[in-house]
Amino acid sequence: MGLDFSVVPGYLDALFLGALWTIAITLSAAVLSFFGGIGLAVIALYAPLVIRLPFRLFAWLFMGTPLLLQLFLIYFGLIEIGVDLPAFVAGVIGLGLHYAVYNSDIIQAGILAVDKGQHEGARTLGLSKVQTIRKIVVPQAVNTVLPPIGNNMIALLKDSALVSVIGVAELTLTSQLAISKTFRPFEFYLAAAAFYYVINLGLEFGLRRIERRIQISR
Amino acid sequence: MTENTFIDIRHAAKSYGALEVLKDISLQVDKGQIVAIIGPSGSGKSTLLRAINDLDPLTGGEVWLEDMQINKKLPQRQYEKHINHVRQQIGMVFQHFNLFPHLTVRENITLAPKMLKGISDAQANTLAEEQLDKVGLLDRIDYYPSQLSGGQKQRVAIARALAMKPKVMLFDEATSALDPELVEEVNLVMKKLAEEHMTMIIVTHEMGFAESVCDRVLFMDEGVVVEEGPPDVIFKNPKNERTQNFLRKHLES
Repeated sequence: MGLDFSVVPGYLDALFLGALWTIAITLSAAVLSFFGGIGLAVIALYAPLVIRLPFRLFAWLFMGTPLLLQLFLIYFGLIEIGVDLPAFVAGVIGLGLHYAVYNSDIIQAGILAVDKGQHEGARTLGLSKVQTIRKIVVPQAVNTVLPPIGNNMIALLKDSALVSVIGVAELTLTSQLAISKTFRPFEFYLAAAAFYYVINLGLEFGLRRIERRIQISR
Repeated sequence: MTENTFIDIRHAAKSYGALEVLKDISLQVDKGQIVAIIGPSGSGKSTLLRAINDLDPLTGGEVWLEDMQINKKLPQRQYEKHINHVRQQIGMVFQHFNLFPHLTVRENITLAPKMLKGISDAQANTLAEEQLDKVGLLDRIDYYPSQLSGGQKQRVAIARALAMKPKVMLFDEATSALDPELVEEVNLVMKKLAEEHMTMIIVTHEMGFAESVCDRVLFMDEGVVVEEGPPDVIFKNPKNERTQNFLRKHLES
């Protein structure tokens, strides 16, 4: 029995909806991971030890354990202590925090790479340490770290397939549902792959536009 | 110390472990005076300048601006507040400009006045235009620093410092990083400030500029002020042998 893609069009609507969920979860988690990453980086570099240590433990946990396990913990584990999150929210939190930790590493390096003269320039004008970090250092760091963070966002898009296991009806889960009805795994997984690829192209296009916009303004 | 003393450095000392960079230096600068500090690299002249706004804190001695001690010993939090207040009154210009590359010329200038003095956008814009006009760069107001030449960057840096309406301006080798043909435009701006009787302390390698603009010249070597006096004396008739040697080498090169 050869490939028969004629079964796919009947499920295109469902796949489209799944793709929309994939986009929604990716963008939400990307925003969380970006701002979370900035927050974690600032804490790691500037906060006093008592605050820094618990966050370092947190970062170590998120980096040292599988994302899939983290999603299980957030979705199934937290229910036991009374936190019952919708699957979508649990997925965004899991993906977002996981990538926030990776982004934080990149942003820390970016912050440390900002020239010492920038601090001096700002401080001699009378800006406080906090004002200098917020207005001068972090914006410059974010500019330089945007390309590697963009790479993380593309990885995040692909990892968003993992949230299918906690029941978010995104692209992967939708194609699995279609397969369970048609018994055509190859066709639907290929179709899903095509969708992911197109979304990825869009994401890369968007990231490149943001990067270029920022580079022009430098 | 006279009634007019504006900046008063008393027995300034600074050491890194056993290395003494500044050895008991005292210096009074009057309001409106222009003082040049010259000397070989490693003589401590930049360190002295940077001690004035506590960028490089002294290990001994005091620095005063009018009746306020700049390097007061205070608990961390109070010190932060105090020094930020002090620094608003002392403009500083660096060798490498230290403009903010992610901000336009306008934003570079208006950032600190807006944040620290709470002035409106309209007021800040007027301020930026005034200061840029003064350094002759009004037409570059919406450029980014990367689009400017070195000389233009330094003039923007001066405008940025002036926008805080400082009482004193410190120049730390403001023209040392510039191509020779760009030095003059920065010197002209500094001369203009001198004519407006801005109090200035200038660390420089430009002997000609120091001679033509400054009221007093300090020659520093190995952490001490070897000789000081009016420029015509220091440059034409230096008494100290070290000063003579330094100037001779400088004129040869």
